[in-house]
Amino acid sequence: MIRVVLPQHLRTLARVDGEVQLEVQGVVTQRSILDALEASYPMLRGTIRDHVTQRRRPFVRFFACEQDLSHEPPDTPLPDAVTTGTEPFLVVGAIAGG
Amino acid sequence: MSGVRLLVGTRKGAFVLTSDGTRKKWDVSGPHFAGWELYHLKGSPADPNRLYASQSSGWFGQVIQRSDDGGKTWETPGGGLTTAPEGMPKVESNKFVYDTSPPNGNPLHTHQWYDGTQHPWEFKRVWHLEPSLTDPDTVYAGVEDAALFRTTDGGRTWHELAGLRGHGSGPRWQPGAGGMCLHTILLDPKDPNRIFIAISAAGAFRTDDGGKTWRPINRGLRSEFMPDPTAEVGHCVHRIAMHASRPKVLFMQKHWDVMRSDDAGESWREVSGNLPTDFGFPIDVHAHEPETIYVVPIKSDSEHFPPDGKLRVYRSRTGGNDWEALTKGLPQKDCYVNVLRDAMSVDSLDPCGVYFGTTGGQVYGSADGGDNWMPIVRDLPAVLSVEVQTLR
Repeated sequence: MIRVVLPQHLRTLARVDGEVQLEVQGVVTQRSILDALEASYPMLRGTIRDHVTQRRRPFVRFFACEQDLSHEPPDTPLPDAVTTGTEPFLVVGAIAGG
Repeated sequence: MSGVRLLVGTRKGAFVLTSDGTRKKWDVSGPHFAGWELYHLKGSPADPNRLYASQSSGWFGQVIQRSDDGGKTWETPGGGLTTAPEGMPKVESNKFVYDTSPPNGNPLHTHQWYDGTQHPWEFKRVWHLEPSLTDPDTVYAGVEDAALFRTTDGGRTWHELAGLRGHGSGPRWQPGAGGMCLHTILLDPKDPNRIFIAISAAGAFRTDDGGKTWRPINRGLRSEFMPDPTAEVGHCVHRIAMHASRPKVLFMQKHWDVMRSDDAGESWREVSGNLPTDFGFPIDVHAHEPETIYVVPIKSDSEHFPPDGKLRVYRSRTGGNDWEALTKGLPQKDCYVNVLRDAMSVDSLDPCGVYFGTTGGQVYGSADGGDNWMPIVRDLPAVLSVEVQTLR
């Protein structure tokens, strides 16, 4: 199972507590995780990536295994630790405010 | 038993305030959608339990929420949890995509940017939701960057009425301080094909064919911030209001100037009269007196607070020009809040109730047409919008 951590506002919107666990078919990538996430939680469509371009929204970032993966191509395979569920894939709202 | 329900949108969530017909004691529900910006909420005139809300965030974009029980529970239309998805669900309740198809409008073009250069159209958020007068599933949405969308399936999908941007004057539209927003939508109760809209800063437009074609209705407006102060478009209209019994009579609060039209916007004349300042944002009409109108004068476009630190609603019983200050129950010293364009509303009880919210988080109400005011709540986040539903 793939583990995904959502920011608070998206957990509220999706009505979930804590981490989300997903079955992802095929190669585990940003795109395949987000496809699976949006299939299970349709209300999240358009909130992480654009409806039309499928590009990451500007104030959203993707982290895993202490790496910033935000600028990796969406079809790049993610680290094995994400694939095995050892580490979560984090969707993060860019820091702002104080 | 009659009552009223106030739908309050704020910078950090939505609140629903309810009272019986006396409008003395209020119950407060919320925050709904805590932490999100709620630019606007509005109920369907055809089904008062059907509510729509525009929820947005600089991080996560636009979300549309719908309630079928008067605000007790909410859902994203068509966005429920799917347990056994077959293929990707087609959830489009927050998908606002400009229509660039040749049959419907012009290719996506550019508008004027703050510095006078051209800038591409970019969707940012829904400013205003206007449910149909007769069909709970039909709603119009005014968005930033300025365009008009419509749903006919209860908010599940939205489609642009592209003839507005297709008018051809788009390159001369420009953003105001709050962005280039379509903020006012007035549906003519006597003619289902006639709609008025207003854009900051483009001006007012009207369609007479249900939204297919539009034309600017800005004759008589004068805006000194434009090279040609009387140009066809480019005016920063802040709000338009009408009384349902007289849809050809329109009242406008412009960036500066309070204006009036008696011919459905064909021409406008100034009715600022003895106002202490004619800058402001909201304008509204008494529910039972079509010549009684309300504004909240703000000192200037650079200061955005009431003159002399006194929060005063001004009422004209003569359709403009002659104005009286309404002050009882409102702070008359050290008050430096603003009242935004969508943050005033009237109920249809007798006497008429008038409500407005401030950027300081207060929502004030008057159960007697503005003679006396009381704070319903004092400490909400900055109020963006106030709508009232009269429940019978």
